[in-house]
Amino acid sequence: MAIDKETVKHIAHLARIELQPNELEKISGQLHDILGFIDKISSLDLEKVLPASHILPISNVLRDDQAHVSLTAEKALENAPSKKGNFFSVPKIIE
Amino acid sequence: MELNQLTAHVILGKLKAREVSLDAVYAALYARILKIEPQVKAYVRNNKEPVLPLESRPDSLLNGIPVTIKDNICTEGLNTECCSKILEGFRPPYDATVISKLKDSGAGIFPLKANMDEFAFGSSTENSYFGPTANPWSLKHVPGGSSGGSAAAVAADEAIWALGSDTGGSIRQPASFCGVVGLKPTYGRVSRFGLIAFASSLDQIGPITKDVQDAAILTGIIAGYDPKDSTSINQSVPDYTKSLTGEIKGLKIGIPKEYFVEGMDNEVKSIIEEAINKLKNLGAVTKPVSLPHTEYAVPVYYIIATAEASSNLARFDGVQYGYRAKSNNLIEMYKKTRAEGFGDEAKRRILLGTFALSHGYYDAYYLRALKVRTLIKQDFDRVFSDFDCIVTPTSPTAAFKIGEKTLDPLKMYLSDIYTISVNLAGIPAISIPCGFTKAGLPVGLQITAKAFNEEMLFRLAHTFEQNTEWHKLKPKL
Repeated sequence: MAIDKETVKHIAHLARIELQPNELEKISGQLHDILGFIDKISSLDLEKVLPASHILPISNVLRDDQAHVSLTAEKALENAPSKKGNFFSVPKIIE
Repeated sequence: MELNQLTAHVILGKLKAREVSLDAVYAALYARILKIEPQVKAYVRNNKEPVLPLESRPDSLLNGIPVTIKDNICTEGLNTECCSKILEGFRPPYDATVISKLKDSGAGIFPLKANMDEFAFGSSTENSYFGPTANPWSLKHVPGGSSGGSAAAVAADEAIWALGSDTGGSIRQPASFCGVVGLKPTYGRVSRFGLIAFASSLDQIGPITKDVQDAAILTGIIAGYDPKDSTSINQSVPDYTKSLTGEIKGLKIGIPKEYFVEGMDNEVKSIIEEAINKLKNLGAVTKPVSLPHTEYAVPVYYIIATAEASSNLARFDGVQYGYRAKSNNLIEMYKKTRAEGFGDEAKRRILLGTFALSHGYYDAYYLRALKVRTLIKQDFDRVFSDFDCIVTPTSPTAAFKIGEKTLDPLKMYLSDIYTISVNLAGIPAISIPCGFTKAGLPVGLQITAKAFNEEMLFRLAHTFEQNTEWHKLKPKL
């Protein structure tokens, strides 16, 4: 499976990473090589194999529906690059 | 021997007998760090001034003996930056569960944190935002990665013992390259709460130590069920030090033939064969076995691990913590923050993972990879129905040179070829020193057992160690 620069551009948008033109060039080539190697798995017959959704036999881990103490807003905001009152502050979204 | 050169269990004996003080242990560590850190660079954010450890309960079990922590494990009030620019200045408001457990056991949390590849993406510690760590055995070589800082600090006696994390070999491969002991516990054995996530279905925290006894002690402290990690398993933790019996007569060891093929360095091969002979002489029975899907492990890993990473790292967007780029537009702020905050390897992996999960490619990549993961696990299940453990090299080569593989990501990925399957299968594995190349670089022996049988690993590893001298050798710095 080949990957072209247009696809990488689209993926970079989905991943919210701005790529400089020289980066796009370099990363496209590297991803192309890596995918070429990864394509090894396309030759296997996997029709009857179930996907390993979890590696150990546990499922449906639930906890009791009880309120418990968690981080205070003050602590949760300690590392915020920008905050207003009890909120994280970001650039304006609505004009 | 200086205090900083000793194992934790020996220091503990001396502390209890009041032969030495905890202050003397710290003084020895800081003297060593002051002397050799400029060459080794195992620690990050080092202001060259002794800092006090985080508060613990020094009167209990461990008597305050300090543990060195990898930079991706959250320590309340102590910077935890994953060696990434995007987490610059991040001070966790809480402790990881392993840190709480260490504190409760009376360990000191060493206030300098260990270098690593950014977000644990790498096999050489060259991807750190703070620059590479050197291998204490040869400063021109890498210490391995991603827990290269932890392994180098322990090997160079700048640490008594350490914690690392292992997603595809990140504890075992650096332990092997630095000539120390490293264990990746069974998936679910140790809580991942507070470990900054790379690939949640593969990550485990584990010990890096100077001998097997220390690894058994440290594993016993950090293991156990944690309601804060829904993938941790509610199963009692045995006293692992009881497995150190020195008795391995009749143990059945499988040697997978797929591991002894092209790509393995000849010197490594003969050192491993010698180690296997040693195990035979000590009474174990060895037989060739087959893990037929071995060749698919690296491709499967780089789909699953990057897919999970792309999702886990979505949280680094400049809003809640760390670095934020300047912009008046939200989407542009995200894009610039991530462009400026992540290093090359992080970008590569996020993009690869986003691709594998994206519309039109999910079935061909991610879903297929999950299916092959089932086959890899079944390979191990089959072998462990007849065998007690599997013995292999930890890495196909000894440490490589700094800069040797940085230009070719694929080549770097292949250096984890013997460790990755273990994470995919969720089983435990340990790496112990088993010899040196002619150039004086350590070689590691990897022992693997079935899920939740860490006791088997400690038993075999300890017996081998006590009948060899490799773990006693120290690098000349």
